[in-house]
Amino acid sequence: MNPRLALATARRVGAQLRHDRRTLALVIVVPCVLLWLFSELFADQPLIFQRLAPALLGVFPFITMFLVTSVAMVRERTSGTLERLLTTPLGKADLVAGYALAFGVLSLLQAGVACTVALWLLDLDQPASVTVLVLVALANALLGTGLGLGMSSLASTEFQAVQFLPAVALPQILLCGLIVPTEQMAGWLDAISRVMPLRYAVEAMTKLTGAPAVSSRVWTDLAVIVGCVLVALAVGATTLRRRTA
Amino acid sequence: MESIKVEGLVVVRGGNTVLDRLSFTVDAGSVTGLLGPSGSGKTTLLRVVVGVQKITSGTVTVLERPAGTPSLRHDIGYTTQSPSVYGDLSVADNVRYHATLHGRPAAAVDEAIIAVGLAGTAGRLVRTLSGGQLSRVSLACALVARPKVLLLDEPTVGLDPVLRRDLWALFAALAAEGSTLLVSSHVMDEASRCDRLLLLREGRLLADESPNGLRSSTGTHDLDEAFLRLVEHGEVAA
Repeated sequence: MNPRLALATARRVGAQLRHDRRTLALVIVVPCVLLWLFSELFADQPLIFQRLAPALLGVFPFITMFLVTSVAMVRERTSGTLERLLTTPLGKADLVAGYALAFGVLSLLQAGVACTVALWLLDLDQPASVTVLVLVALANALLGTGLGLGMSSLASTEFQAVQFLPAVALPQILLCGLIVPTEQMAGWLDAISRVMPLRYAVEAMTKLTGAPAVSSRVWTDLAVIVGCVLVALAVGATTLRRRTA
Repeated sequence: MESIKVEGLVVVRGGNTVLDRLSFTVDAGSVTGLLGPSGSGKTTLLRVVVGVQKITSGTVTVLERPAGTPSLRHDIGYTTQSPSVYGDLSVADNVRYHATLHGRPAAAVDEAIIAVGLAGTAGRLVRTLSGGQLSRVSLACALVARPKVLLLDEPTVGLDPVLRRDLWALFAALAAEGSTLLVSSHVMDEASRCDRLLLLREGRLLADESPNGLRSSTGTHDLDEAFLRLVEHGEVAA
């Protein structure tokens, strides 16, 4: 990997995002509005909000980055810019790292704003560590980037790329413990959810809030997510074909 | 000395023979025109030389290395037929990105933008430009790398005559400095500006000659007419 080329790619992706103000606004504002809606919805049952909000803080960056990455990569593939890039000295790892870096910065911004709103405006219980909370959110964002990168190779249009969100993300959202706590699920559903990375994200977020200290379970969850991110990015990179028929 | 050497190249895609036993060489420091009707295999041939097209048989050597060798990516510039540039970046940002990828200085960015006649629009978002301007941004992205071998797929489509003349003059100047250019076109009047012509039809090489050589071997001054005669006689020039 060549850090200079990865940085140049991250700068390029960042410049593209800056020119797309509407997407930026949606990425930052929508999670906050949804969190506020949840807090209003459960205004009389604050305990439910206290359980749901941290999970949502884990789910939002995943969904956003999955969508942003898969659409951006389908665009690169269909516009011919990807094929062209792969004829330059830019390596596949440089390209993937560049995207991960640019979207990582965006998701830090998103997670930062969403956490601020949840903790200080919507009175979510203080987490054991705000830093670790944001770290888990960042890891989730990169998970979305990795999966989006891989899924983009299966989509030949942006329409298809968007349809992969319900296919890939919704099962994870249903089974990750957000809707029904994992310990209350049927055994086989629990088994399925164990191979879904989002489960560990939601678990880490839930165990962080309202806890006096960062438990070792949180670190294990974070390690699992980071492992999944690395696998997803590596698999995603192999879908970038330099030579085609 | 030759920059590109193709021997017995065959490309079969989905059961169709797209390129059929092509053999030719392209000299360093020359402009070679790759001419032929739409669907004759020009783009596939360029993709083979770039190293992004799987081939069925034959050998393709670029700068004495097999096509597709990673180190060649430093020495080859390629523009696709439809301009592959980022619409949501400015002209300068597009060119600057490619300059960085090839380790070229900032001054090279302005130079490339001026060379394609876009100095006045350097700050504009690419998606607001016209089709002809888009293909010039794409060309600038290739030029900025100052590659030894430039492969250009129909770079002058939709450009006004003045600009086309300027670009062909630029190609000649680059060749004079030692670059090798392989430029595809389906406009025959551009053929006379090339040092050498490769005429492609249905994946076969109809002619590999200089414009003057082609005129005398077919007995006509008009290159369009020369192409017709070659097709009608089914000749394969050496």
